Amino acid sequence: MKAIAAALAVSTSLLAVSILLAQERNSDKQPVAAAPKYDPAIYAELQKAPEKARNRANPLQNDPDAVAAGAILFEQHCAECHGDSAEGTRKAPRLRVPDVQTATPGTLFWLLTNGVVRKKMPVWSKLPEPQRWQLVRFLKSLGGPTPAAESPAPKP
Amino acid sequence: MTSICRLALLGSCWLSLLLVFSPPPTFAQENPYFVAYDHYLEEPGNLEIEYFSTFGTQRSGNDFHAFWGEFEYGATAWWTAEFYLDGQSTFQDSTVFTGFRWENRFRPLKREHFINPVFYVEYENKNGADRILKEGEGHDVESDFLVSNAEARKERIHEIELKLILSSTFNGWNFTENTLAAKNLSNSPWEFGYALGASRPLALKASAKRCTLCPQNFVGGVEMYGGLGDRHNFGLHDTSHYLAPVLAWNLPSGWTLRISSGFGLNHNSHRFLMRWGVSREITGFGSMVSRLFGGRK
Repeated sequence: MKAIAAALAVSTSLLAVSILLAQERNSDKQPVAAAPKYDPAIYAELQKAPEKARNRANPLQNDPDAVAAGAILFEQHCAECHGDSAEGTRKAPRLRVPDVQTATPGTLFWLLTNGVVRKKMPVWSKLPEPQRWQLVRFLKSLGGPTPAAESPAPKP
Repeated sequence: MTSICRLALLGSCWLSLLLVFSPPPTFAQENPYFVAYDHYLEEPGNLEIEYFSTFGTQRSGNDFHAFWGEFEYGATAWWTAEFYLDGQSTFQDSTVFTGFRWENRFRPLKREHFINPVFYVEYENKNGADRILKEGEGHDVESDFLVSNAEARKERIHEIELKLILSSTFNGWNFTENTLAAKNLSNSPWEFGYALGASRPLALKASAKRCTLCPQNFVGGVEMYGGLGDRHNFGLHDTSHYLAPVLAWNLPSGWTLRISSGFGLNHNSHRFLMRWGVSREITGFGSMVSRLFGGRK
């Protein structure tokens, strides 16, 4: 009897959730609000990178495909929280800021690898090292002097 | 009663499919394991809906097909909660709902280390007909499954399961070791088990073009698992063990497909276990629900 009740409860919950999701899809059509402002202290995590990690050079610095590959990785794994153009959302900060853009590639790689687990940023070491370096190349390209030349790869 | 359970399960599956088709896709980077766990938790606010099947051969009895659904939610970056619904069909016998599980995984350390521990706590409310073989524990052996479903489901099992997950990622390889201790709350001794896993994406660099069949979308590996006896009789005596190559395919559309063929390593094990699974991640599920109940826009 308990098993039946549990199964029925789950079924009902699922129905409720699917209705909620359908409503949510409609609400997504509302205009996008301006990106929220963040306490600059949120970028202080970057300062916690150890010296050795900070000084690591990006082995894909001269890889011509790294930015395009990093853009796809960003869209797949990061855009949901940081925004499609890294403009920041309610969940995670803007990445087109001097704190991020002036950070060394090694610092960004270190932060991606370790996450900021207590502040909702997951550990991304499940992405292989070369993919994390590709992401770093993309992130560094966002604040470069010619962003148009290194913009995310167009969708097919 | 059984038909109501089946109906409820079927309903859950269909509604899950509805759910799965509703939200925008997100690319999941899932490991290929069926039994072993690595130290990566669900991203905060994301819900992953998974369906898995196990086909198992049975000496001196009927083969079976066990199946389960998982709802995995990233509560925070250091805590993932998961709810399971289990069932099974034994050929020439019947189909039964076998119970549910409530699992939690906690990451105690803030940063990535050479070895990363994760604590796992699970409550299981199942009956004796459970055959999903999601873990190897105690003295579980193939002959336990010779009992008919009608008889086996009369046994009610309330169990607490604890695991220590130790996982490392090195040069693209993930190595994981899970130690298990389980206690049936009806005055049974602690039982022990293990799972080991190793896996690696087929390519470490991502392609600069969107693709479905790129090698970086595939993760291959192997897992091994089995029982280690109980508190009174610890060791390999009267235990079952399996070795299983595993493969996951993370599709750009947000789906993940997994397949594994497991082989029993001793006469106490099922000769062959064929497993497959499909999963899909819903990003921002937590904030969607929160906003619908009046949370921050």
